[in-house]
Amino acid sequence: MSAEAVTAGAPQLFVELRGVGKTFNSMPVLRDIDLTLKPGEVHALVGENGAGKSTLSKIISGVYTADSGTLVVNGEEVSFGSPREALDRGIATIAQELALVPALTVAENVFLGREPRRGGFLNRRLLKRRYRELAEGTGFELNPDATVSSLRTADQQKVEILRTLARGASLIIMDEPTAALSGHDTQLLHGVVRQLAASGHTVLLISHFLNEVLELSDTITILRDGRHIRTGPASAETEASLIEGMLGRVLSSAFPEKVVPEATAQTVLTVTDLVAPGVNGVSFSVRAGEIVGLAGLVGAGRSEIAHAIYGAVRRSGGSVRIDDNECPASVPGALRSGVFMIPESRKEQGLVLGRPIRQNVTLSNLDQVSSAGWVRPTLERADAQKMLERVTVAGDDRRNVSALSGGNQQKVLFARALQRPRKLLIADEPTRGVDVGSRRAIYDLIVDQAAQGIGVLVVSSEIEEMLGLAHRVLVIRGGRIVAELAGKDMTEENVLTAAFADPIESEIA
Amino acid sequence: MSNNAPSPTLAAGAPAPQSNFLKRIPWRSVAIVVPFLAVFIALAIGSPAFLTFQNIGNVLDRQSGILIVAAASTLVLIAGGIDLSIGATYMFTAVICGTFIVTVGGVPGVVLGIVAGVLAGLVVGIVNGIISTYLKVNPLIATLAMSFIILGATKLVSQFGKSGVGQIRVDVPEFRWLALTKPLGISLPTWIAFVVIVILGVVLWRTTFGRYVYAAGGNAEASRLAGIRVNIVRIATFALAGTAAGLAGVIDLARTPSVPENDAIATTLTFTVLAGIVVGGTSILGGEGAVWRTVLGILFIAMLYNGFTLLRIDPLFQGIALGVIILLAVGFDAWSKFRRN
Repeated sequence: MSAEAVTAGAPQLFVELRGVGKTFNSMPVLRDIDLTLKPGEVHALVGENGAGKSTLSKIISGVYTADSGTLVVNGEEVSFGSPREALDRGIATIAQELALVPALTVAENVFLGREPRRGGFLNRRLLKRRYRELAEGTGFELNPDATVSSLRTADQQKVEILRTLARGASLIIMDEPTAALSGHDTQLLHGVVRQLAASGHTVLLISHFLNEVLELSDTITILRDGRHIRTGPASAETEASLIEGMLGRVLSSAFPEKVVPEATAQTVLTVTDLVAPGVNGVSFSVRAGEIVGLAGLVGAGRSEIAHAIYGAVRRSGGSVRIDDNECPASVPGALRSGVFMIPESRKEQGLVLGRPIRQNVTLSNLDQVSSAGWVRPTLERADAQKMLERVTVAGDDRRNVSALSGGNQQKVLFARALQRPRKLLIADEPTRGVDVGSRRAIYDLIVDQAAQGIGVLVVSSEIEEMLGLAHRVLVIRGGRIVAELAGKDMTEENVLTAAFADPIESEIA
Repeated sequence: MSNNAPSPTLAAGAPAPQSNFLKRIPWRSVAIVVPFLAVFIALAIGSPAFLTFQNIGNVLDRQSGILIVAAASTLVLIAGGIDLSIGATYMFTAVICGTFIVTVGGVPGVVLGIVAGVLAGLVVGIVNGIISTYLKVNPLIATLAMSFIILGATKLVSQFGKSGVGQIRVDVPEFRWLALTKPLGISLPTWIAFVVIVILGVVLWRTTFGRYVYAAGGNAEASRLAGIRVNIVRIATFALAGTAAGLAGVIDLARTPSVPENDAIATTLTFTVLAGIVVGGTSILGGEGAVWRTVLGILFIAMLYNGFTLLRIDPLFQGIALGVIILLAVGFDAWSKFRRN
């Protein structure tokens, strides 16, 4: 890998913030931040949701202007009026939501808006040559002619990174780049970040995954409530010290203690030869009080299994039984049987964002707070408040659910699950995008449900989380169960080995 | 539940009091109530003929059909659909009603006509609903296509109701009674519109069905996974809109009392209804809206037109004014969505 190719045309940047402050609606979100970003380093920004990470990164990238303090680039005081101006100085952001044109090819996306032309027509040959020059320096292996919509998320992220490099970026801000990636893709992206730093680029990394932060970054800055807590070398930090810095207190333990279900516990869920879109013949069972994890790569069929059990997709074969009764293949039917699923994406599949918190809690069980089709406001209010108290979401529940943080939004979905006694709870990526402080609360809720004799099925891309919660882990690949791990066999290595055993096959899925 | 849960809602936070106060103001309601009152007061002062029992009564009487259709169509929009065929349905049901009255005659003809007209609206609504949910045709296109089909069918049916050329005339007292009775000095159509509006408003506000309508339009996938039968909910809203168009067609036929066979009338009704809904702050993207605001939206437009007439302003400005108002309303909707994100 030639570092020269990447650095070509990208001057090294030395970015400094001096006493930067920002206020929204007379609420200070950043106070007096001093920060130095050196070229060639991976600098991580950690903190809880609302600590000011995003605001800080947006000031650097020109989305916001600081109310006080100065931004200094290579010794020169600057004031960016727009992201465009920041980009002209070599500062670019790769957002959580990718901004690619799905129907165009990789190369076209990389050079979008600055395609080589000849007489008004696209010069494809030159486009591809430039693309190869750029891609060679990064070690990315992408087919320049593939349409972006056919790529997996990790590869789309590479396209986005290449695009910022094509525009001459030297400081690249990455906001939760691995949140949507599976383990394998995460490793690939980590390699990319290292290459970028090695070639003289600065990477400002915002991430909720503390192990990722520790593994990847050279320097870590901790923010809390808009204040700069400390900046130091990553080697001086541990997960515990970071959490302590972010919360301002010690977090007892990442996971609640495991309660082993009784040997006599009855089987709640029995899945036999289940076939559905993305599910190719799966059989397993979950006992009362047991937490079973579904591990595997993104796209391996974990969520598909969850959806098939919940009746959210058509089943083409096999059976799903709850307590020896057939569970109908429809969502209302599954709900009646006692199954509830907290879906993977709370914004797209879970919550009605424009509606109040209270109505989001009662959405699945309106019958419980209504009579003859009439919602009874007092009943609904009491019920919703009882549930919200159990999941520790405070404040006025008539506010729109969109006003809550990611962690609290997830808790609202748990409140919905708790509104009626269930037999099987499926939680798909329960802590995605959830800050450290709320994670433990969500783990507690899951463990508590199991302790009450409910069978729990957890889907998670975080192996650590899976191992910390589950009594038993099923590894999924290509829509099949390829390994069942329990007890001593439940190790990160075993899960990964099973998940990756035949990567080519799983990529087709 | 474990008592040592470490984070009792850190993120719920305590926003600054001022911003909280600003957030409490229901901007969507303010955006229609304030202009409505402003125009109302301006007209009351500017034109002595405006604030008279007769003028207001006339305006309400003439708007009753539109109000009924708009109230029901609001539910369609909130549930995430749109119905461009309401105008055509309105005309279609009037023709069916008129045809029965003319061919059967007498009181049985009138009763049969009214029932057939309303039922025809219901059927059209259900068909609209099925096409745009189970058959997965975009509702905009589905109902646009349906409106052409219905307008064609209207002409087909009207062949039976009229002898030779001209329009179907239903100038029979047994039927016209529907429009000419004035309980407590207010016309029966106004009363009917009032009842329909109250019922639909309460249904949306207080029933589980109303909840599902908001949820289906706000986030269809989340609603489906919450166990709501989104397609059924949407079909029900289309059925309500169709039935309302049927009722409005019958009522307006009783007032006129000849069947308006002019495609432009159907189109104008559809557009006026949509304009009123949008001006009332119901989101064209679904998930948001209220019946009472639609009523204000429709009356706002009617009042504006009435004011133009009373103040003798060239009617050519009516269209321009309405267009500007719609753009402002939709712009406001887009802005408020942008702000939330």
